[in-house]
Amino acid sequence: MTVPESSLASPNGSDAPVLEFRSVTLSFDRPVLEGVSFVMYAGETRIVLGAAGSGKSVMLKAAMGLLPVDSGQVLLFGQDITKMSEHELFPLRSRVGVLFQEGGLFDSLTVGDNVAYPLENRQTGERLEPEAIEGKVVEALRFVELDQTLEKFPSELSGGMRRRVGIARAVVTEPPLVLYDSPTAGLDPITANTIMALIAKERDSQNTANVIVTHRYQDGRLMADFRYNPEKGRLEHLSKEQPEATRTVFMVMKDGHIVFEGSMADLESSTDPYVDKFVHR
Amino acid sequence: MLDFLKAPVAEWQDFWHLAGSAFKNVFRSPHYWDDVAIQMDVIGIGSLPIVILTGFFSGFVITMQMSRALNTYGAIGQVGPIVMITLVRELGPVLTALLVAGRNASGIASEIGSMKVSEQIDAMRALGTDPVQKLVTPRLIATCFMLPQLTVVADFVGMIGGWSIAYFSLRLTSPQYWTPAYQILETNDVVQGLLKPFIFAIVISLVGCFYGIKTSGGTQGVGRATTKAVVVSSVWIFVLTALVTRIFVNL
Repeated sequence: MTVPESSLASPNGSDAPVLEFRSVTLSFDRPVLEGVSFVMYAGETRIVLGAAGSGKSVMLKAAMGLLPVDSGQVLLFGQDITKMSEHELFPLRSRVGVLFQEGGLFDSLTVGDNVAYPLENRQTGERLEPEAIEGKVVEALRFVELDQTLEKFPSELSGGMRRRVGIARAVVTEPPLVLYDSPTAGLDPITANTIMALIAKERDSQNTANVIVTHRYQDGRLMADFRYNPEKGRLEHLSKEQPEATRTVFMVMKDGHIVFEGSMADLESSTDPYVDKFVHR
Repeated sequence: MLDFLKAPVAEWQDFWHLAGSAFKNVFRSPHYWDDVAIQMDVIGIGSLPIVILTGFFSGFVITMQMSRALNTYGAIGQVGPIVMITLVRELGPVLTALLVAGRNASGIASEIGSMKVSEQIDAMRALGTDPVQKLVTPRLIATCFMLPQLTVVADFVGMIGGWSIAYFSLRLTSPQYWTPAYQILETNDVVQGLLKPFIFAIVISLVGCFYGIKTSGGTQGVGRATTKAVVVSSVWIFVLTALVTRIFVNL
């Protein structure tokens, strides 16, 4: 299947790619990623749809060098990470925020310590004073509206709250790129919308690039159609005339291949039966 | 054809890879001394009651068993040295190591295994910490530091267990028990009695961490990892004690 190239080009030529896959292949017992290639630019939101086991989560882990690829190249902020050692990767990883599927919170640490962890442990950049870390932690938790839970342990929180703490931890270092692995999986529709609204709010207040792996089309539609307005403090629906305003690219994966890449309009007009299953018009 | 050999060889290689980076990290910053202290408390102080209990009863039963054999030769006065040699050279290190393997290799494997299956290890790597540095090296340092000390405690309490039988049941006086027991000890005995727990500590902590980090397949996987950690570390304790003893008896 051919990929529509038009939507891939950066809207203004000056933007450098933040993440690039060049025919990446990765297999465990069976192939999980096969010849995956795409380019993602700063400020872009990329929604990755696909069935369970289609390689979405593996792709996210490969993007941070958490899983080694068999062949091909992964470029993070323009640097090839496929040959880097774990210690060489740390400076690059500190510029990427990540929310794991189950939150990936450290259950032996309090919520406050969890959110402070990336600030205390990053191996590059300036060392922050404890007061400065405390301030940033409270700020990040206030952003996800959980600043009352500082002393609680992750096991004391609900699934949605844990996910929100995970978001706070992902964005506390203000990274230019944030990866979300199934942020709404296993959540009720109301909580799922709260989470997606938070992600949109984060994107539009910090101007970050996002990769959002999900199986819910409405998550992607929310990211494409809505924009956070800091003056009014809420999400605003964008009119049909400016659909590219959020620069949202959709990507559909099937059995380790990218079977679709393009804008929401392209996605909705796709005739591919597999792609069609993910689109609720 | 040799495919069935691949898995064990790969596992062996992975283990040495982990061991290599764990040792390298001992001499490389950052050091997580807080974690080292916590692990020392868990492994050392936490194991103290069971080690004291086992140590006491092992000395207690050796003395009872030996007294019968020694009585036939009229050499009941030799019970102190025999208990001392058995405990310091062999039983103290091995029993303590087996207890700590059962208690802590399993604990380490299940803790790290649960972190692995709930993506906490990945999160750690994503947030700028090397899991080997943060999880494995502190456990290695803590076990290497605590296990020889636990062994000394077990040896000493075992001697007291032996004394209680010698004094109350065999009617020896305290000097009749302690003096020859103390005199029999040579540098060779003490060195192997302290070298063994040090080696066992490396085995216990690294095997526990290794199976923990390799865990896959949810809660079932954690259970499997825990079992494997205990079985493998116990087997290696026996193999290595035979090896070290073989070297030292010839010295």
